[in-house]
Amino acid sequence: MIQLEQVTKTYPKASRPSLDNVSVSIEKGEFVFFIGPSGSGKSTIIKLLLHEVTPNKGRVVVNSKDVTSMRSWKRPHFRRSIGCVFQDFRLLPNRTAYENVAFALEVIGKTKAVARRVVPEVLELVGLGGKEHRYPHELSGGEQQRVAVARAFVNRPLILLADEPTGNLDPDTSIEIMRLLDRINRTGTTVVMVTHDSNIVNQMRRRVVEIESGRIVRDQARGVYG
Amino acid sequence: MRVKYVLSEVLVGLWRNVTMTIAMIITLAVSLTMLGVSGLVYSKVDDMKDLYYKNIQVSIFLKGEVTEQERTDLEAKLKSDPLVKEVLYVNKDEAYKRFQEMYQDAPDLVSAVKPDQLPESFRLTLVNPEQYKSIYDQYKDTAGVDEIVDQSQLLDKIFDLFTAGQNIALAGAIAMAIAALLLVANTIQVAAYSKRREVAVMKLVGASNWFIQAPFVLEAVVAGLIGSFLGLGALIALKFFLFDGSLSALQGLFSPVTWSDIFLMFPIMAGVGALVSAVTGWVTLRFYLRV
Repeated sequence: MIQLEQVTKTYPKASRPSLDNVSVSIEKGEFVFFIGPSGSGKSTIIKLLLHEVTPNKGRVVVNSKDVTSMRSWKRPHFRRSIGCVFQDFRLLPNRTAYENVAFALEVIGKTKAVARRVVPEVLELVGLGGKEHRYPHELSGGEQQRVAVARAFVNRPLILLADEPTGNLDPDTSIEIMRLLDRINRTGTTVVMVTHDSNIVNQMRRRVVEIESGRIVRDQARGVYG
Repeated sequence: MRVKYVLSEVLVGLWRNVTMTIAMIITLAVSLTMLGVSGLVYSKVDDMKDLYYKNIQVSIFLKGEVTEQERTDLEAKLKSDPLVKEVLYVNKDEAYKRFQEMYQDAPDLVSAVKPDQLPESFRLTLVNPEQYKSIYDQYKDTAGVDEIVDQSQLLDKIFDLFTAGQNIALAGAIAMAIAALLLVANTIQVAAYSKRREVAVMKLVGASNWFIQAPFVLEAVVAGLIGSFLGLGALIALKFFLFDGSLSALQGLFSPVTWSDIFLMFPIMAGVGALVSAVTGWVTLRFYLRV
């Protein structure tokens, strides 16, 4: 589903590469944590998978598409098969939970009728039934992240990328979000999560890839934070 | 639904920053008006050149002491010249009559000049008025010829004036167009900034580039079109108040500016306005949104 083959990424003006000759392979339906200290290069992986940056060396393959050589005009369509969640939620403050999710559908050409059918369903799935018409500022942090997860998942992507999704949440709320991601993973969606939340990694007992200074130092099938 | 979305975004965008929108539209309107004026002058000067040069004459004035023989020789030569369409001989009496008519408001001048003092002349209509030079070279040393005067040289000076006016209008149009371009670029930047969250989400979920850019570019195009309508209004007002109004006394001199001339300028103005705005908007987005 996802392959990084000897990927090196150096940002302009950086003294050392963010990722240095990294190879990793992720199967369909896997749940993978990328862990490591700040600046270790784990967020760069998310950016590579989204085709936000391209590697200096090596190959990135997502959904059996070679992202490395992908032309930028193909990027929008490519991104429709990937859902994405961030630490800061990235919701539109002037739109309700329902409208935030529906917006993601409408801007890729889905009709309002489709949105009316699908959006309540996915909001129910993430546990926000009854709160569809709240604005982000009327929701708790955990609830806002649920809206973000609903938006990422509404298009039934093959891959869900999560960049420190619990970074702004308290431990209990974090665990609820993790349960939600776990449920999404059980529907067959591959989940890639970047985090430095040791509690969560230890509880989930999923595959852990540890990165330090741009190199993989550990890749463990049912790992802990260590 | 997508068309409806894009259109509502355009209206919201224009209204969000209404002072800038107005500034942008006014500059575009002034620029396009000057473009229109310049275009009208251009087409009218062409018309007028046709009209004036067709009736233009070259006068060959003869010396006072010209002999009968010299005159008939010259006349024969002129009549057989392929460059000359028509030859008219004006003798001293006729020249005096013309002089009297021309200066009938100045009786003192008329009474001071005697018929004898005015030179005889041949008035030539040329097949092609631009071939004046070869006529001049050919006849300037012919016996009995005193002076050769070409009306077209005078006309050239007048038309130079028109062309200068047209160039000034065009330069004004270009200067205003640059101001308009900067305003369009700025408006689009402000619009893109105020919608940065939406744009970020759209990029994230994979909205197509045209869908992200269209509202911004169309905003500029709509402003360009409104500007060209205002420019059309300005041209209509110019014809109504200036050309048909205060300058109507001069109408015999100019070839008339018709309503259809003005309405034919409109598609050019609208096209230029819309195209220039669209290209500016699109280029700005390439730099600013990096979609």
